Parts: sequence; C-alpha cells; structure tokens
Amino acid sequence: MIEVQELTKRYGDKTAVDGLSFAVKPGQVTGFLGPNGAGKSTTMRMIIGLDRPTSGTATVGGKRYARHAAPLQEIGSLLEAKAVHPGRSAFAHLKALALTHGIPRRRVDEVIELAGLQKVAHKRVGGFSLGMGQRLGIAAALLGDPEIVMLDEPVNGLDPEGVLWVRNLLSSLADEGRTVMLSSHLMSETALIADHLVIIGRGRMRVDTTVEAFIEQAGGRGVKVSTAEPERLRPLLTGADVTVTSTTAEELVVSGLDSRQIGSIALQHGILVYELTPQTVSLEEAFMEITSDAVEYQSAPVETATQRKAA
Amino acid sequence: MTTATTDTAGRTSARPTYKVTLLGVLRSEWSKFWSLRSSWITLGLAQAMVIVIGTLACAAYSPGSGGENGPPIGDSALGLALTGVTLAALAVGVLGVLVAAGEYSTGMIRSTLAAVPKRLPVLWSKALVYGVVGTAAATIAVLGAFQLGGLTLMDTDIALGFGDDGVPRALFGAGVYLGLVGMWGVALGALVRSTAGGIAVLAGLLLIVPGLASLLPDSLADNITPYLPSNAGSAMYALEQSSDLLSPGAGLVALVGCVAVTLAGAAYRLARTDA
Repeated sequence: MIEVQELTKRYGDKTAVDGLSFAVKPGQVTGFLGPNGAGKSTTMRMIIGLDRPTSGTATVGGKRYARHAAPLQEIGSLLEAKAVHPGRSAFAHLKALALTHGIPRRRVDEVIELAGLQKVAHKRVGGFSLGMGQRLGIAAALLGDPEIVMLDEPVNGLDPEGVLWVRNLLSSLADEGRTVMLSSHLMSETALIADHLVIIGRGRMRVDTTVEAFIEQAGGRGVKVSTAEPERLRPLLTGADVTVTSTTAEELVVSGLDSRQIGSIALQHGILVYELTPQTVSLEEAFMEITSDAVEYQSAPVETATQRKAA
Repeated sequence: MTTATTDTAGRTSARPTYKVTLLGVLRSEWSKFWSLRSSWITLGLAQAMVIVIGTLACAAYSPGSGGENGPPIGDSALGLALTGVTLAALAVGVLGVLVAAGEYSTGMIRSTLAAVPKRLPVLWSKALVYGVVGTAAATIAVLGAFQLGGLTLMDTDIALGFGDDGVPRALFGAGVYLGLVGMWGVALGALVRSTAGGIAVLAGLLLIVPGLASLLPDSLADNITPYLPSNAGSAMYALEQSSDLLSPGAGLVALVGCVAVTLAGAAYRLARTDA
C-alpha cells in the first residue's frame, strides 16, 4: 500500500507536484498517468525518498520509505532505466545492491534469469541497449522480492517483444497479489493492464477512478448509430443500463447494447440504419481531454478530422 | 509480512528477512569499488608513480649533486624514494573523487540511495573503504620504492635502512597521507557531486593553492601554509622536521581535520538535499 497525502514539491517558484493525495491499493495494478512534465516521476521519487517533499507525506506500507529495515523488500522501484554505473557489469551492479540488504547471491542469479539477462550478465552495462537497460532496472526492482513494485514508464523505448514481456510480468506479479504501480503517458497501453487509474496534470489530481469506470465514462463501450429516423429509434432502445445520447441530428451514441442488438431492434421496426460503429478509440482522446489544459509543452493546435467528441 | 506462494519472481515458501546493516553497506561499497576497471587502473597508476619515480630519483643520485635538482624533502634516501608521492597524491585523490562523484554523473546514486535510504552510511562506507584500500595500496608502494631505491643507494653517503631513526614513521606516514588524500577526494566528490568539479578543487588545493599562498604577506602565509593538505602531508613523511612544516603528529591532525570538515560538509549536503 502506497499512500500519498497532500504531497507538494516546489522547485523555486515552479510547482512540480501540487497537493496530491491518492492511494495505491494492495493486489491491484494502478496506472499513474499524465502528460510529460505532469509530476509523475517527481511523485515517485518522493515516494522512495530521493526527493524531499516541500509539504505533505508519502508512505509505503504505513511508514516512510527510509524507516523500513529492508526497503528493497518492501517496494522495488525502477525510476530511470540507467541509474547504473556504465563501467560495472549487470551482475556486479545487482550484487552491490544485494549486499546492502544481505540478499544472497542466489537471488541475484534468480532475477538475472527472470529478466533474461544471463548472456550479458557479465558484460559492462555501458554497452547495453535501452531494452536491456530496462530489463536490468526491472531485475533490480525485483531483487528484494518486494510486495510492491513501482515502475516509471517501464515500456518506454522497448521493442514489441519487450513490451509484451513487461506486460506479462506485471500481470503475473499482480496475479500473485502484489501491488503494482506503473506510470505512463500512454492511456491505451495502461488500460490494458491496470485496474485503477490515477491521472494527474500539472502536478494536480485530475482523475482517480477504476479503469472500468473510466472507459464507461469515456464512452468507450458505446455504439455510434447513424439512422434516418433517430426520433423513432431512440425510445425503442431501452434496458437496465442503456443510455442514449445524440451528437448530431442523425447520430445516436448508445451504451449498454451492442451493435448486433441495436441492428435487430431497428430491423424489427423497419428503421433504416446506415452505420453501426462500436466506439473504441476514445480512451486516448478522453485522457487528452482531461489533461489538455495541463500539457507542459503544448503544441500548436492541429486541425484534424478527429473533432467528434462523445458528449 | 509472510506469504507462502511459489511464483514468477522466484519466491518460494516463507520470505526471508533482509535488513540493511552498516556491514552490508560496507561490503556493498567494497564490491562496487573493485568491480570498476578505473579503480584498478588508477590505483595501479598511483603505485607505479610512487615506485618508478622514487626508484629513478634514487638511481639518478650522485654524491654532491644535491643542489639545484634536489628533491623537496632533502637529500636523504628516504626523501628521494618518496619523490613520487606528490604526483601519486593527485592520482589517489582523483580516484577518490571518482568513487563518490561518479555515482552522481552516472545516475548510480539513485539506485544506491533507493537501497540505503538513510543515506549517510553510504558516505561513511565509501570514505572508509577507500581510505583503507588507499592507505594499504600506498603503503605497499612506498615500501617498495624505499626498498628498490635503497638498492641503488646502497654504497652512497645517504644510504638509509628501514631500522634507522624515523624511517618507519616516515614511510607509514606517506602511506597514511595518501590514504587520507583518497578519503578527502571521496568527501570532495560527494560534496561537489561532479567529477570535473571535484578534480578541479582537489588539484587546485593540492597543487596550486600552496603556490598562491606564497604571494600572501609573510606573516599570514606562515600561519596558513603549513596547514594546507599537501604541506601537512609533507610533515608526516619528512624525515627531519623543518622549520616551515608542522611536526608529523600535528600534520596528521591537520590533515585529518581537513578530511573531517569536508566529510561533514558532504554529509550535510547528502542528508539535506535531493539526490
């Protein structure tokens, strides 16, 4: 369990993290999202005590990180892939970290194997690719066999195989009942593995919700229906969880029914339907909408055809 | 917390209990030091400087030639054999800076402090490990230089043996001086957090400031100069106490004080500021 309360961090007159409060619950995968510069990394650095909060607290398992007798056993973290001396081998790096805690050599070999680094374990880290560096960082995070794993942008720069590896690893960790917190600036990637979402922008809390609820809210489960007679079709679409909204004169967005059900209802009543499109792409859009005012480096608006917004 | 499962991360039955201990941190720093090629190279280089320069200086000695090319410490077998110490101090100090500042320039410090969030044990361990390693390596080199150089001076008027008055003290003094300079380098590196900056400060204080001090009015210079690290060190390994140097004991105290003050500054910065 990670608990963050009223956490604030200022650098001079710039506020990186502003009164953030949230909890990462045990046995869940929590996605920590925000655009670049939103304060994700700073928050994570404060959780493991690398940065001192200007005010507020961050605790891991009820205590400040530094108060734990064996912090690596409490929470394993990957903050920057290359927090490693390039002149040292992967094995020597992990061994040096293990020695501080009295973690046996056997465990070092285990995490090297787990991360698939056997072949390069005795090579100097300076020659590692981004992907191998990331694997080494994850190996280090798992060294203490921690209950909580906290990873900052774990799939950044990985090839598809590496992305899949990280995704599988995280879900198996979660299946074992461990707590996982991972940050990302990619909504769609995170929604695949996370249970819970914490979205921040400009250091402030934007959304703290479940992935389910977020998708629901974003209209991700809806179906866009284009019909010649929306007024006739609309009252026919009823049910416990069915909601219908209309965007333009000829369009309805229906949630709670799938395209097949809507199609058959329309057919029964002889209503002409010329489009039935399940809404799938709106997660990233919803995320951008939430954080749009909070983008650190806002690019000039580009007029595109993707202006449709499920209200 | 104990959980009993078998799983991907290799966890078997009940979890072992780990603990961060000072001994663990010391072992970690020991392992970190020896797992870098630069440690071996620089340490070897420092030893080579002491031995090669010392031996050459002894071999070049001819009775009566003292005058213009005379070594700084005086024309004894010991002074000649220790000619390389000045240069070796720079090498040993630079390695000390690398040991500490290298963690910052590479980002390693974040891994280190995530493992030891109480932080200060890391600094103490680094200083201690490198201080001990540096003293041991330097002492071996100094003894080697004295022995090898002694061979070439065997039949000259300045020949000295290990048993002669003050010789063991001066030799071990040189070893301890180099070890302390190494420790000082660690402190400077941790204080400045930059390899280039740390080396600049170290080289400046060891080599340049003593020269600059001579520009000060005599009354002031006489009070400052003997306490500068390189001069305090010279006092530790000089065979005869000269008027412008401290006594060997006072030199040791001055140098230890200098290291302690720098370490305290480094500790303050480490404990108080973001990594």
